[in-house]
Amino acid sequence: MPAASPALVVRDLRVDLAPRGAPIVADISLTLAPGEILGLVGESGSGKTTLANALLGYARRGTRITGGSVLVDGQDILALTDGERRAARGRLIAHVPQDPAMALNPLARIGGSLSETLAIHRRELPPAARAAAVAAALADVGLPNDPAFLRRYPHQLSGGQQQRVLLALAFILRPRVIVLDEPTTALDVITQAQVLDLIRGYCREQGVAAVYISHDLSVVQDLVDRAAVLYAGRLAEVADSRAIFAQPMHPYTRGLLGAMPGVDRRHALSHIPGHAPSPGQRPDGCAFAPRCARATDLCRATEPRLTEGVSGTFVACHHPLLQTPLERRTAQPSTPAPADRPALLTAAGIDAYYGANQVLFDVGFSVQARQCTAIVGQSGSGKTTLARALGGLGSAVTGELVIGGTPIGIGSSPRARDLRRRIQYIFQNPFRALNPRQNVADNLVAVVRHFFPVSAQEARERARAAIARVALPATVLDRRPGKLSGGERQRVAIARALLCEPEVLICDEITSALDVSVQAAVLDLLMRLKAEGLTILFVTHDLAVVRVIADHIIVLKDGRIVEQGEADAVLDRPAHAYTRRLIADSASAAELALAS
Amino acid sequence: MTSRRRRPNRWRNERQIRAGTVLLAAVLAIALPGPWLAPHDPNALIGAPYGPPGAGAWLGYDYLGRDIWSRLLAGGLSIFWMSIAASILALAAGAAIGMLSAYRKGAVDQGVVWSTDVLFAFPDLILVLLVVSMLGRAPWLIVLLVAIAFLPGVIRLSRGVTLGIVEQEYVDSARMMGFSSAHILLREVLPNMITPLLVQFGVMLTWAIGMLSGLSFLGYGVAPPAADWGLMINENRAGLLVQPWAVLAPVAMIALFALGTNLIAEGIGRINARIEEEA
Repeated sequence: MPAASPALVVRDLRVDLAPRGAPIVADISLTLAPGEILGLVGESGSGKTTLANALLGYARRGTRITGGSVLVDGQDILALTDGERRAARGRLIAHVPQDPAMALNPLARIGGSLSETLAIHRRELPPAARAAAVAAALADVGLPNDPAFLRRYPHQLSGGQQQRVLLALAFILRPRVIVLDEPTTALDVITQAQVLDLIRGYCREQGVAAVYISHDLSVVQDLVDRAAVLYAGRLAEVADSRAIFAQPMHPYTRGLLGAMPGVDRRHALSHIPGHAPSPGQRPDGCAFAPRCARATDLCRATEPRLTEGVSGTFVACHHPLLQTPLERRTAQPSTPAPADRPALLTAAGIDAYYGANQVLFDVGFSVQARQCTAIVGQSGSGKTTLARALGGLGSAVTGELVIGGTPIGIGSSPRARDLRRRIQYIFQNPFRALNPRQNVADNLVAVVRHFFPVSAQEARERARAAIARVALPATVLDRRPGKLSGGERQRVAIARALLCEPEVLICDEITSALDVSVQAAVLDLLMRLKAEGLTILFVTHDLAVVRVIADHIIVLKDGRIVEQGEADAVLDRPAHAYTRRLIADSASAAELALAS
Repeated sequence: MTSRRRRPNRWRNERQIRAGTVLLAAVLAIALPGPWLAPHDPNALIGAPYGPPGAGAWLGYDYLGRDIWSRLLAGGLSIFWMSIAASILALAAGAAIGMLSAYRKGAVDQGVVWSTDVLFAFPDLILVLLVVSMLGRAPWLIVLLVAIAFLPGVIRLSRGVTLGIVEQEYVDSARMMGFSSAHILLREVLPNMITPLLVQFGVMLTWAIGMLSGLSFLGYGVAPPAADWGLMINENRAGLLVQPWAVLAPVAMIALFALGTNLIAEGIGRINARIEEEA
């Protein structure tokens, strides 16, 4: 740690649910040196956004900051009056929110947003100096600062540009500390890599400390100097970035890393059983104990404190893994398509239009039975349009589609019911994929009786069997989707598809809304289904997931296929420049270092 | 985890529904069995015009010397069934048209939107008065006209809500599986618009009560000799200072009726919204 006085010192910070006092986050102590970037990693419900807000002295409605201090440059943010705190936000400590499209006022021009910040916080600046500061802030984030750009509205910018504007808004007052709450989640990998580069460079050059919050370990990996793992509102482990990835000490950290797919090699993923407890339902003792293979009576009785493990690293565990480095099992490589077998699904000459714009151009490919074919592309590549057209949705689509020798209508053109049954589709967002007004059993039974002439009793039996097949307890049948977690809902959606006894399962980014440990479990399920004979078409932007699951890859760029081939071959030796770029931006530096 | 925080809210809603139920029950206890409970023939002239309350007529007598209490008991049934019938009719027709319009999109939808705009531009009461003055004042015609006056609001509402719901992936999923449009509209869309429809129903019921009593007051509703709350207000307004009960009693009944239905509808709507939120 450098000798310079720390930029941020957090001591024993605690945020409670307001009326009852159940802690959302507790015992948070952190120190950041100027220029240091700390990654704060946690799954949904771990309290990471609550913690991020508390660093700015803000608590959402229904929550209250009940203890601790947040010292920025020696000044305690929590001890300030409301007015002083407002002044401190932005000048001492700034915040970059998650979704740039939601965070910018759609009716305010870019220049206006930036100079308004100056007008509020630095009233003494003359207009000329204000304009110069705006120009400098935009230059810092690599955006143009000509008058035409300043006059633009947020909707006239790309997602990456919008996020840069938000970064400029955070940088413009030259704060000592920046809190970034998943600022790249809404961006595709290439844009994300650029934004991360920008954050890293800025913090280094300007000596600004940053807390970078993420659910995504691979993003944190090459950005941060140190990483802190948050579980059930408490710090499980704090260590420098290299150490935490090479030799994680906390079983939870190990579980997370074991669930994390890597683009460089085909790992066998492991997933953590159970799910994280929500505030107020956390067990006595170690909150992770119920999910932990190493848990003992001591863990269930006494909560472990964060103590120093190996030099400079801290872990809150009674039985930390101090000596064993992380080992990852290598999985079976992808299976090449057998040359003699005819394809199960063949698409040819697919064109699609969105209004006057053509979004798919003469797309053609074939899918082998019992294989997983990945359709890979960035947002806007047309991959979801393609997947929906195969699944039977979309009006302005033309082309030929053949399944098992039978021609089948593409897009929303008519399809016989039995042909519909043979291709099933799982949607990206599990929270919108199930009718919230029906319980799971009704959801499933309706589908069975739609496709098969069976009695209600038989349909219910099948639903029960399908729920068991996706490894859910039978109790979910009586619940409405609202009572289920994202991972559980996605399993229900898969069960619904399985009930149709499909030959092809189209999965449209089905793990992108899930936590990494839940994603591992869903991928595991898909691989099991594939082994049982299902053919999978997996649409994604995430090459690491592709490496885990796919046998064959189709790379889509701007509506055209630019490369396709056996999965490991394409990922190891990409032929097209675009594929190479995607892979380079997905792979983290540390991962590459480990691989070599 | 947040149940504590929600509890005061839920409690308030339950209290709101309970209060509304009490009000409505009180009004209905008078309006429904009223015609059979009336101590006197509501049209019998048994006292002095604007006679004061006393034994035998504890609310006094109206402008012709009829018993106000008996007329109050007899005069609620028509407004009750007519307001409910008009609201149900508007709700059913409006929800069906709105849902279909939003689901089908295209020219049909455009036509529906334009038609509702035209209807919106027409003042409700004028529309009803115009037709009633031409075709007569049959109760079923009045119900139909009030329902038509409410129709554009329900269509707009259900169309807007449906447009949001059909974007949901569970609707896409049903389409991909080849479920019929009827199944999609009835099983996937309709259950998810119950909340706004219920709220709209409560609001319409309140409007219908006001509109029907307004029609009676203007002399375009129920025909004069009959007992009717709206009509009673009109008949007796000249004697408001002499015999206020002849006007105040029906006014109070109409107000309580409207308030009760509104409290219940709003409370149910809020609870439903919260159930959806939790989902």
